[in-house]
Amino acid sequence: MRRYLLNRAWQSLVTLFLATVVVFLGVRALPGDPALALAGEDRTPEVLAAIRQQYGLDQSLPVQFWHFVSNALHGDLGTSIRTGTSVASMLRTALPVTIELSVLAILLATFLGVGAGVVAAVSRGRPAEWFANAIALIGLSVPNFWLGLIAILYLSVATGLFPASGFVPLLEDPIANLHHIILPAVILGTGLSAVIMRQTRSSMLDSLSTDYVRTAKAKGLPPRVVIGRHALRNSLIVVITIVGLQLGGLISGAVVTEQIFGLPGFGKMTIDAVFQRDYPVIQAVVLVTATSYIVINFLVDLLYSLIDPRIRVGGESA
Amino acid sequence: MTAAAVPTARFHHDASRQARVIRRLRRNPLAVISFSVLVLALFVAVLAPWLAPYSPEQTDFANTFSPPGTSGHLLGTDDLGRDVLSRIILGSRASLEVGMLAVATALLIGVPLGLASGYVQSFDAVISRFTDLLLSFPFLILAVGLAAIRGASLGNAAVAIGIAQIPGIIRVVRSDTLRLKSLDFVAAAVVDGAGDLWVLTRHILPNATSVVLVQATVAIPSAILGEAVLSFLGLGIQPPAPSLGTMLATAQQFAARAPWAAILPGVTIMVLVLAFNVFGDSLRDALDPKESRE
Repeated sequence: MRRYLLNRAWQSLVTLFLATVVVFLGVRALPGDPALALAGEDRTPEVLAAIRQQYGLDQSLPVQFWHFVSNALHGDLGTSIRTGTSVASMLRTALPVTIELSVLAILLATFLGVGAGVVAAVSRGRPAEWFANAIALIGLSVPNFWLGLIAILYLSVATGLFPASGFVPLLEDPIANLHHIILPAVILGTGLSAVIMRQTRSSMLDSLSTDYVRTAKAKGLPPRVVIGRHALRNSLIVVITIVGLQLGGLISGAVVTEQIFGLPGFGKMTIDAVFQRDYPVIQAVVLVTATSYIVINFLVDLLYSLIDPRIRVGGESA
Repeated sequence: MTAAAVPTARFHHDASRQARVIRRLRRNPLAVISFSVLVLALFVAVLAPWLAPYSPEQTDFANTFSPPGTSGHLLGTDDLGRDVLSRIILGSRASLEVGMLAVATALLIGVPLGLASGYVQSFDAVISRFTDLLLSFPFLILAVGLAAIRGASLGNAAVAIGIAQIPGIIRVVRSDTLRLKSLDFVAAAVVDGAGDLWVLTRHILPNATSVVLVQATVAIPSAILGEAVLSFLGLGIQPPAPSLGTMLATAQQFAARAPWAAILPGVTIMVLVLAFNVFGDSLRDALDPKESRE
């Protein structure tokens, strides 16, 4: 177990290091003088000199890289060239919105996906299965930003059930906060719930045909107990893996969802930065995303190995 | 060499197997319907310039926001009086173009890396780190970075989507290579004195085709969705060129006035993606050896 963990942690660190190098070199790959790009429209010689000094662009690449990493480790991710505020403080206001949106979307998707998957597996060959499968396939195929657009058109603009855009912080007014964020979370969760449903269904079908489920049935246990305690529990491992694997898609989805619903989160910050050519912000956004992705995946693997001992063994022999 | 599974007919790329797969597909109504939709879409995409009743960029300020059914405009017009049907036809063509370009990029890089990773032990660790690295940049973030460095365009969108799909291709090709490597016919070829490259291209790759094919049918629809998202955000195909994503972005501003301009391109994307997904599912079922007990 310990060896597996150390090995996995080491792999994550290597990946993190490589990702940092990529981000660092990415900004240096900008066409022309990076100082010009970083300065935006304000290109007086004094500003350029100040930027070169601030970013250490007059030093060698390894030295620059060292400064980049040590600044990032100290929480200094640079300053926006548009607003002049520090990227770290922008993240402090934007990230909670995105985290709330994503967590809510994952919870809704898991609830819906597992439920529909169990129904589909249990009612094999009946209309309920066919219906659940069809819904899942459509959920997988519908562009969720389009679904968001339609939802705004018919649920917000036409009926006024939900606000079309805007955000209220959770701590300020929890009810209003939920009212603003529930529709975006449902929209963001559609694709994920379809994936979870399909996986739950297929792994439920696998567990339903195992010997221990047959034994449980033969003992005369009621179907609810057989399905819930014997079959479903073993299928749930899959859900954790799926959520881990779909995380990248979820981050991408959150960017679009925030854009449509005008939520002031990480995604909106990212897109705004691209259109304003705010390079320090773009650099920080890419770095933060890659880091959180690597860390969360490590945690998912940890959780996975805690639940399923076979994974640890597999990891150790590898 | 341990005696693993005895090579059976299904490990050979023979005509009888292909015939069985096609027979199974033809018996599945969903496969037939989705395949027909895809053939039709391809047909429309190839003949798009001749099929579209108008030029997709031709504006007509006297006829803005005409509802569907207006004479001469089957699906209505948008905010600039452009014909929605023509824009959907050329937009679908762009979607398919990006989808195929992205997946071709991913296959070109992913298949050799997957083969190398599964077959040559010493490459495995390096390629795994490379895969992890790619995975740590979600596709949209990759596209954001690429757009920041190289500008937003159809080509860059396709590259970003393609790069994001490389890990998936590597993973399936790697695991199939590992499986095939342990089979007797590969061992026989090695004993026979075949070199690594020969074994990989003559014995492993042909037998891994079905896995690659299924992965590609799954990857194309996700690339199409990716293109729509990027163009919608302004990071993909640039207006006034028609793209289903950019159509939705403009339609969003006028959605209450001209809902058709917001609904129809979305439905088109959904039908395209759904057809690929349904066909991919059917293909996987038809290729699955577990289902071969007919």
